[in-house]
Amino acid sequence: MKLGFSPEEEAFRAEAAAWLAAELDGPFADVRGLTSLIASPERRRDWERRLGEAGWSCVGWPKAYGGRDATLAQQVIFAEEYARAGAPPRLNHIGIELAGPTILAFGTEEQKARFLPAIARGEEIWCQGFSEPGAGSDLANVRTKAWRDGDEWVIEGQKVWTSLAQFSDWIFAIARTEEGSKGPKGLSFLLVPVDQNGVTVRPIHQITGEAEFNETFFDGARTGAANILGAPGDGWQVAMGLLGFERGVSTLAQQMGFRNELDAVIDAARANGEAKNPLIRQRIAKAEIGLKLMRYGALRMLSDAEGGRLNPSALTYKIQWATWRRDLGELAMDVLGQAGETVAGHDYAFPALPNLFLYSRADTIYGGTNEIQRNIIAERALGLPREPRGDLK
Amino acid sequence: MHFAFTDEQGMIAETAKAFFAENATSERTRAAMADTGVDRALWQAFTGELGLAGVAIPEAMGGVGLGMVELAILAEEAGRHTAALPFLASLGLAAPAILAGGSEEQKARLLPKLASGELVASFAVASADGAPGATLGDDTLTGAALHVPHGAAADLFVVVATNGVAIVERGAPGLGSTPLTSMDQTRPYARLDFGGVAAEALADPRAAANAAFATGWLAIAADALGGAQACLDRTVAYAQERVQFGRAIGSFQAVKHRLADMMVAIEQARSAVYWAACAIDEGSDEAEFAVHAAKAFACDTYSHCAGEMIQLHGGIGFTWEHDAHLYFKRARSNASLLGTPDWHRERVAGLTGLDEAA
Repeated sequence: MKLGFSPEEEAFRAEAAAWLAAELDGPFADVRGLTSLIASPERRRDWERRLGEAGWSCVGWPKAYGGRDATLAQQVIFAEEYARAGAPPRLNHIGIELAGPTILAFGTEEQKARFLPAIARGEEIWCQGFSEPGAGSDLANVRTKAWRDGDEWVIEGQKVWTSLAQFSDWIFAIARTEEGSKGPKGLSFLLVPVDQNGVTVRPIHQITGEAEFNETFFDGARTGAANILGAPGDGWQVAMGLLGFERGVSTLAQQMGFRNELDAVIDAARANGEAKNPLIRQRIAKAEIGLKLMRYGALRMLSDAEGGRLNPSALTYKIQWATWRRDLGELAMDVLGQAGETVAGHDYAFPALPNLFLYSRADTIYGGTNEIQRNIIAERALGLPREPRGDLK
Repeated sequence: MHFAFTDEQGMIAETAKAFFAENATSERTRAAMADTGVDRALWQAFTGELGLAGVAIPEAMGGVGLGMVELAILAEEAGRHTAALPFLASLGLAAPAILAGGSEEQKARLLPKLASGELVASFAVASADGAPGATLGDDTLTGAALHVPHGAAADLFVVVATNGVAIVERGAPGLGSTPLTSMDQTRPYARLDFGGVAAEALADPRAAANAAFATGWLAIAADALGGAQACLDRTVAYAQERVQFGRAIGSFQAVKHRLADMMVAIEQARSAVYWAACAIDEGSDEAEFAVHAAKAFACDTYSHCAGEMIQLHGGIGFTWEHDAHLYFKRARSNASLLGTPDWHRERVAGLTGLDEAA
């Protein structure tokens, strides 16, 4: 067991930090410190391209596909330095963290060559089409259909909660390609261009007043016959593999964002005297400890995965961070008091901490609710009996 | 950076796991509970045949010369069985105090005997309900220590007095030792009274106390981790076999979700314990934060899991016959001993910059 980094790794850290500082002090100073996932999309697209040009976009990927062949420790270091530098949220985070790794794992050589460099260069932005109005926690209940027409797939149906679809060039979607099939059988994993007549993206206004999520309608949408990951009917296996990538190095970058949020709560408590309240101090200490344990939990998970094993403890990560952040939102409001419940001007747009209080209610829902996470932990990690499946016909 | 056991650490863990599973049985633990809270045969086997007791004591002083990660591994595995051993008192508290604060002569004289199990030591923070506890005079100690773990079974004591840290030997004239009926009978307390008893000061009292607290907090946290994991493992096994309403109770979400929450907490406690162990071993700036975090988080986790173990077992979990109460009581003792979770979190709060001017 070793937590420290080697001198070579520290040199890599210095190199990354210097590059980030130069860019974010210079041409990209306007997006430094940005935290919104939807603000300044054009400038963040430019930033994706700049990262790609300099080889800092997908550092853990093979060089052949636009990556840097970074070791695990280097990936950890880059994620930390990226957040420490105040670099903006990655516009293409779904491409980098989900689409790319899935294509790397399940794609053909042609698919890898076609899609991965375009992600790494920041040229193609991706979104995810999994959930549907009737397929939320019960993801296998997908109704969106697709069928072959000549050398194309034709897609009909509706997806929901497609975050960042309004900025995306491609969507990966699971669709039913075997007529009459049910549940996880007969699904396929399709890669579909967004900019076409058969695809309509409609924003969903959420409780924060913003619109990060969308409804995405496929109405005779088309994609090339080759744009399928895995064989027809293997979509569920590919989708389940993808969900594993949600627990990768990116969690460490996410935590640096959490670090900034907790620092903002501490600053607020010092400013208004709540820092002297022993109950608030206990909760801030709990938040500090929880944040550190996320970091070291992620390092354990990654160190284990390096040996080729995925430790079952990885299954606990989603509920851990989501609950931590929801608690932080409540703590923020308890620190701010009523001052946090009003905002100057007529726009329903709250500053970061009150917005966190509202936004973090989504964290314990999307990507698998806390309740689904508990089922997964109980069944896959603890070996308890599986939930019975209803069959309402 | 590699936050996973090395092959050697994995072997130590496997060896210790097998050793305690075979020897620290419920039957033997209960026999010790009815006696002094020490399974003497287990202690002899642990310090003798297993050869790992001195894991954090240098080789030149009869130890194995490894570090805090290995010490935590042993504490975790002993904790998994609520083993009735003076491991915390002798090797988690007294030994690090002597190692860090003793003279070369004191270390050479005492540490080999602690590592070999020939001597059992304990550690006393002298206090008497808010009154100053004990005062060190010219080679004598006066005062009292109220809750000394395994105090009735120890041969010598490292005592933190108001003005120093000193060693007192059992049998020294003026030393009163009163065994206390303790809720946790696997680690019972004794009260010590020092009536001008002969005491040998340690050369560097600050270093001695700091090392004892850091190592002791870590060892308690690791014990809590092992205990909490046992609570989960045993309750999962029970939930799979116990049938009500025609189904294994582990198939009900009301039960599954509680077991899942135990695992979520335990995995964080595991990160906390080994983070703290590594941070001490590597001399990291985070060591102080980490060890307070580990003590608070692991003890809360153990309390939670032991309570859930009783609840999810139902009536059988409330009986003396079932082992659930051994865990429940050790969890309570761990939480109180050397600072409650709230006290440790307040230390963390002080390290977060909350007290800096706005």
